[in-house]
Amino acid sequence: MKLSDAPHTQNTAAEISGAEIVIRSLHEEGVEFVFGYPGGAVLNIYDEIFKQDKFKHVLVRHEQGALHAADGYARATGRAGVALVTSGPGVTNAVTGIATAYMDSIPMVVITGQVPTHAIGQDAFQECDTVGITRPCVKHNFLVKDVADLATTIRKAFIVAQTGRPGPVVVDIPKDVTQAKHVFAYPKDVEMRSYRPAVKGHAGQIKKALGMLVEAKRPMVYVGGGAVLGNASAQVTELVRMLGFPCTNTLMGLGAYPSSDKQFVGMLGMHGTYEANMAMQNCDVLLAIGARFDDRVIGNPEHFYQSGRRIVHIDVDPSSISKRVKVDVPIVGDVKEVLTELLALLGEEKARPDPAGLKVWWKQIDEWRAKDCLKYNRKSELIKPQYVIETLHKITGGDAFVTSDVGQHQMWAAQFYGFDKPRRWINSGGLGTMGFGLPAAMGVQLAHPDATVACITGEASIQMCIQELSTCKQYHMPIKVVNLNNRYMGMVRQWQEFFYGNRYAESYMDALPDFVKLAEAYGHVGMRIEKPADVEGALREAVKLKERLVFLDFITDQTENVFPMVPGGKGISEMILSEEL
Amino acid sequence: MRHILSLLLENESGALSRVSGLFSARGYNIESLTVAPTEDPTMSRMTIVTTGSDDVVEQITKQLNKLVDVVKVVDLNEGKHLERELMLVKVRAAGKDREEVKRTADIFRARIIDVTEKSYTVELTGTSDKLDAFLDAIGRTMVLETARTGACGLGRGEWIMKV
Repeated sequence: MKLSDAPHTQNTAAEISGAEIVIRSLHEEGVEFVFGYPGGAVLNIYDEIFKQDKFKHVLVRHEQGALHAADGYARATGRAGVALVTSGPGVTNAVTGIATAYMDSIPMVVITGQVPTHAIGQDAFQECDTVGITRPCVKHNFLVKDVADLATTIRKAFIVAQTGRPGPVVVDIPKDVTQAKHVFAYPKDVEMRSYRPAVKGHAGQIKKALGMLVEAKRPMVYVGGGAVLGNASAQVTELVRMLGFPCTNTLMGLGAYPSSDKQFVGMLGMHGTYEANMAMQNCDVLLAIGARFDDRVIGNPEHFYQSGRRIVHIDVDPSSISKRVKVDVPIVGDVKEVLTELLALLGEEKARPDPAGLKVWWKQIDEWRAKDCLKYNRKSELIKPQYVIETLHKITGGDAFVTSDVGQHQMWAAQFYGFDKPRRWINSGGLGTMGFGLPAAMGVQLAHPDATVACITGEASIQMCIQELSTCKQYHMPIKVVNLNNRYMGMVRQWQEFFYGNRYAESYMDALPDFVKLAEAYGHVGMRIEKPADVEGALREAVKLKERLVFLDFITDQTENVFPMVPGGKGISEMILSEEL
Repeated sequence: MRHILSLLLENESGALSRVSGLFSARGYNIESLTVAPTEDPTMSRMTIVTTGSDDVVEQITKQLNKLVDVVKVVDLNEGKHLERELMLVKVRAAGKDREEVKRTADIFRARIIDVTEKSYTVELTGTSDKLDAFLDAIGRTMVLETARTGACGLGRGEWIMKV
C-alpha cells in the first residue's frame, strides 16, 4: 500500500547509529512533537534528541500522560501522535494510553525502549515483554532486532497507524539496536502484502443504498467517530441537508454534523436525547456512517431488533459491520470516498425522498423534541454543572477545543457544549479512561497554541493525572481546567442511587485537596466558584488570562444526575427521564 | 457448526500469538490449530478448526483478516474441501489383544510403527472423525497415549489459495 504524501527517499552514504535513524525517520515523517519520558533503554535516542531541533520533545511527568497527550494531538489534528517511553515500567505505564487510543481508533506511533537483544528473556532490569503486553491493544506492533530494518519498520508503523481504520502502533527497539550503525535510507513506499485497507466502496452497493434512502418514510442518519477520523464532516453535512433527514451523532461523532443545525436531534445512546433515541428506535431506514452500534449506543440489541428497520452501514472496517446488529446494505470503504460517490449519484438521480412522508416524520420528531429532555433546574441556589458548560459555550462562542475525563461531567459536556465542528470534542469514549482529559488537552494546546482549550473534568478524574499540571507549567500551556466538583464519583454515585438502593459504596471522595492551592503550588491560577452568579464572571476571567493555566474549581450540586438515561441491558427507547419534566 | 479455516500469514515471530490471542480475547473457540511454513518460506499456512454460528464464524474471519500479519483467510466450508489429521497412538497390545489391535489397524489402514511386548504404536491419517472412530473401535481403555496434529486442509479440485 502507498501513501501519496509520503516523504522522499534520502540516501546518505555514511553509517549512522540506530538512535539517529529513529530521529531522522521522525524528521522524514514531519513529526512536530514527541511526548516522552527518558530512561535507560532510550538514552541513546534521547542523546540524539538533544542534538536536534526539528521536533519539540515534551517531557511529561508520567508515561500515561505522554500517551494521552500524543493522543490529544492526534485527535485535534488528524496526524499520528508520537510518544517515546523507556522499557519495563515505561511501557506498562503507557499501556492505559495505548488501550485508550486503540478503543477510539486514534493514529499513534509509540516508540518503546527495550533491553539489549542479548538480554531479552533473561529477566533483565526494566525488562518486560512489550510486544506481548501491548498486542491486544494495538493495531500492530514490531520488535526491531536488526538496525537494518529500523527505518523501514518506522515507516510501516506510520503507514499502518494512519491508514484504514487508524490505531496505535508500537515499535519496540532494543538498546543495542539504537547503538548499532547502518546507512540511513527512508523508504517512501513499503510493500505490505498483508495490509491493504479498503478505500473505494462497491458501486453496486452504493446504488442500492441510495435507492433505499430515497424510499424511506422515517429515515435516520447515525454518525459516529469514523466520520470525524475520516474527515468526512463536510460530506455528511451535505448529504443530510440534501436528503432533509434527521441526524444524530454518537459521543465520538460529536461535531461531525453541526449540533446547532435544525436537522440535528442531539447525541444518541445511554445519555442521548429523547428525540434521538426515539427516532433511532422507530426509523424505517437507518444510515450508519462510521459507527459501530456499541452497547452504549443501541442498548440491548434484541430490543433494537423488535422494531424492524433496514440498515445501510458505511465503514472502513469490515469487522465493524454486522458485529452487533445485522445490516442490510454493508458498504466497506473510506467514509469520505463513499459519501462523495453517494453524493455524486444523488446529484445525477432525480429520485428524492417523498416530502409529504418526511413532513409526517418530522412532526413526530418535533413532538419528541418538545419534551425538552435536557431540562434542568435553572433556579437552584447551587451551581448546576449543566449551567457551567452552557456558560462555557456562550463565552467561547462554541469555538473552544474541549477535552474531558470520564463520568457525569463528560456526559454533560457532550450534551451541553454543542459542537459545530469536528475534532473539537476530545474524550475517551471507548475505554473510558479517567485521567485522560488534562494530558489530552496538552496535546491539543500544542497543536493549536492560540485556541482556547478547556478540560472539563471532575474532582475524581482530575486526580488521576494531576501531575501533568507541572508539564503545563514547563511548556506554558494556558489550558482552562473546568473542575465540576461534586465531592462524589458522580456517575458511580448515580448508578448506586438508581440500581443499588442508595448505598454509596466508596464513591465519596473524602480529604479532597484544596484545588486552588494545588494549582498555585504548580504555578498556575486557581479559582473556587461557589455561587451560580459567579460562574460566568469566573469563566470570562479565565479565558481572558490568555497566557495562564487557570484551574476553576466549581463547587456543584452533589445530587445532580445525568438524564435521559438508558439503564444497562434496556432498549434505547426505554429511558429514565429527569424529574424536571 | 464446525468450520475449518485456512490462513496464509507472514512467517514472523509473534504471528501465531496474534492469531491465538485474538481467539482468546474475543471468546472464540479453537478445536485445533496447526501451522507450518509453506513452500515460500516467508509465509506460513495455518489451519484452524473452530465452532460457532455463521455470524460468529463471519466475525472470526473478518477479525483474522484485520490482523496485519494475516495475508489471506478462507473458510474451507464454503466449498468442497479435503481434510486430514495425523495421529500417533500407543495402545495396549498384550496377549489376546495383540491380534485384535493389528486387525483393527489394518481395517483403518493404519500402520504399526513401534512394537514392544505390551504395546503397539500406531500411525493413522484421516479426517478427525476417522481418528475418533479408530479410538472407539480399539476401545478407549486400551489407549495408553495419543498425539494428534489437528486437522489441516485444502480446497478440492483446481482451486488454490494464493496471495
